[in-house]
Amino acid sequence: MTQTLARTRQDDGFDLTEDERDLSAMVREFAEEVVAPRSYEADREHELPLDVVAQMGELGLFGLPFPEEVGGQGGDYMAFCLAVEGLARVDQSIAITLEAAVGLGAMPVFRHGTEQQKQELLPALLAGKALAGFGLTETGAGSDAGATRTTAVLDGDEWVVTGSKQFITNSGTPITSHVAVTAVTGRTTDASGRERREISTIIVPTGTPGFTVEPAYDKVGWRASDTHPLTLDGVRVPASNLLGERGRGYANFLSALDEGRIAVAALATGAAQGCLEEAVRYANERVVFDVPIAQHQHIAFTIARMRSRVHTARLSWHDAARRRDAGASFKEQAAIAKLVASDAAMLNARDATQVFGGYGFMNESLVGRHYRDSKILEIGEGTSEVQLMLIARSLGLGVQA
Amino acid sequence: MKIVVLIKQVPDTYGERKLTSEGLVDRDASDAIIDEISERALEVALQRKDSDKATEVVVLSMGPAEAKDALRKALSMGADAAFHVLDDALVASDIGWTATTLAAAIRHIGDVDLVIAGDATTDGRGGVVPAMIAEHLGLSHLAAVDGLEIGAAVSGSQATESGSRTVHAPLPAIVSITESADEARFPNFKGIMTAKRKPLTVVSLADLGVDPSFPELARSVIVSTAERPPREGGRKVVDEGNAAAELVEFLASQRLISAGSAKGV
Repeated sequence: MTQTLARTRQDDGFDLTEDERDLSAMVREFAEEVVAPRSYEADREHELPLDVVAQMGELGLFGLPFPEEVGGQGGDYMAFCLAVEGLARVDQSIAITLEAAVGLGAMPVFRHGTEQQKQELLPALLAGKALAGFGLTETGAGSDAGATRTTAVLDGDEWVVTGSKQFITNSGTPITSHVAVTAVTGRTTDASGRERREISTIIVPTGTPGFTVEPAYDKVGWRASDTHPLTLDGVRVPASNLLGERGRGYANFLSALDEGRIAVAALATGAAQGCLEEAVRYANERVVFDVPIAQHQHIAFTIARMRSRVHTARLSWHDAARRRDAGASFKEQAAIAKLVASDAAMLNARDATQVFGGYGFMNESLVGRHYRDSKILEIGEGTSEVQLMLIARSLGLGVQA
Repeated sequence: MKIVVLIKQVPDTYGERKLTSEGLVDRDASDAIIDEISERALEVALQRKDSDKATEVVVLSMGPAEAKDALRKALSMGADAAFHVLDDALVASDIGWTATTLAAAIRHIGDVDLVIAGDATTDGRGGVVPAMIAEHLGLSHLAAVDGLEIGAAVSGSQATESGSRTVHAPLPAIVSITESADEARFPNFKGIMTAKRKPLTVVSLADLGVDPSFPELARSVIVSTAERPPREGGRKVVDEGNAAAELVEFLASQRLISAGSAKGV
């Protein structure tokens, strides 16, 4: 049986270095032995298993794309995405916890933080001993993040932050150290005389008076991932908690969004791969009308399509990640990877569940969980429509958002 | 302290394990992995290294060219150096040749205080290589301990028919550990990256001063091989008031419990 699995492991990693292969093998083993046995219960109880997070920290996964000088592992974005893919194969909640911790928690501090902010916050974040969230989304500001309503007013040497945020990942775990929130810090007039909101990012430490992490959402999928609405009611933090330049909050976030798409594409590829492996295994085991269903051409062709989607998705994110690591432009490639891979995950989850029949509709089954978990991949980190808009624009097609 | 850990690459335990017509392991039939019991033996050594940085952990394997993958994994888990005995004359080695070769390799590594191995590999299952190495090198030997305390001497708990006993031995020693020893750690990312820079020395029988015809040794010869017979259906016990008795009778007939203990039911 492992033989069959070994064959479905497919060598899409033609471009991988030996180190990258070893990393993938390590993450795969960790995912199977440590993550997977806990996944069903974590999903059912809507609870992020913190001991699993701690072990991921020991493996160095939270520090992967950061240099050793700041406490990172000295790897690149490719390595980080390989880890995300390997985890998502068995558990999307754990994979998004890592993806968000790095992309939305640690990366903004590393990119835009002052020396003091870096020294204070990065060591724990990169070791997986603390998690941080990024509060951008609001009731009226999702894909249109410029519509932010939360405000931050400088009062002496303190920011006073007021507003609310929605769907903030890793914002309320027992080890969450802070949430960086975007807020309107003033209004400026652009060259054409139009008034624009000046958006900045402010670090709000967990436990600051007036900062309330509301009860977790009851989500359809990614249920072990920690997601909360946040309320900020006259929250006072030192002026030095400004993260990055004043007025650059939105622009800085947008740059993070591009690379985050590659990681989410890797996550989606892992999900699609997990569905594929489960479908192959089950189709060989399940006997209907005296033959394994794998011998029914419809099932075999369904699975062949699943495999093709995994292949396309993987090549697509590999290319975007390689471009990013090489310093080349990757905006369009990241959008394509995100679009293609999230489609692959959703379609493979649907097909795998169909191959499993009734068993696939049980929450204990991995494919059933992937079925619930994968929908958000077409929404989060830029909806599929946003990806299409970006791709169209890269072709010079002047579409409106 | 210098610790040598014996590492073996074996066919994946969960994969298809086949013999070729010559009775050799069919290496194409499944993935080759580092034997889990070897990993646990390494974990024992690495825990010692965690608490005493002066400890040097050397991993040693005898096997075909691919065995270097098992050694590289051991290096990424935290071993300091690796030795790979690679020689065409070693194809189809039996236990005697293996023990002789490994003993020569341990002598070649030199100044070894402690050798740790699994109690039996998952493919060969001979379980006597450590004892034979002890004999070759005049080392004290603890067999099949569930864990190991390492100090000026070594000690560990050994399961017996009726319970367990603690056994200890002076150094230098060779110890085999059971599957009750701690589960092995995963290599971390830095471990993977630094493994490349650690020394992996390939040695031949000539380097070890071993005559490849092993003139002193009798050897086992494979006469024939056969597939394992297919599994037969189990026996179903339906409870009509006497299931317990039937179950006991069945277990006793299979010698899974002794007739004496059966009487107590």
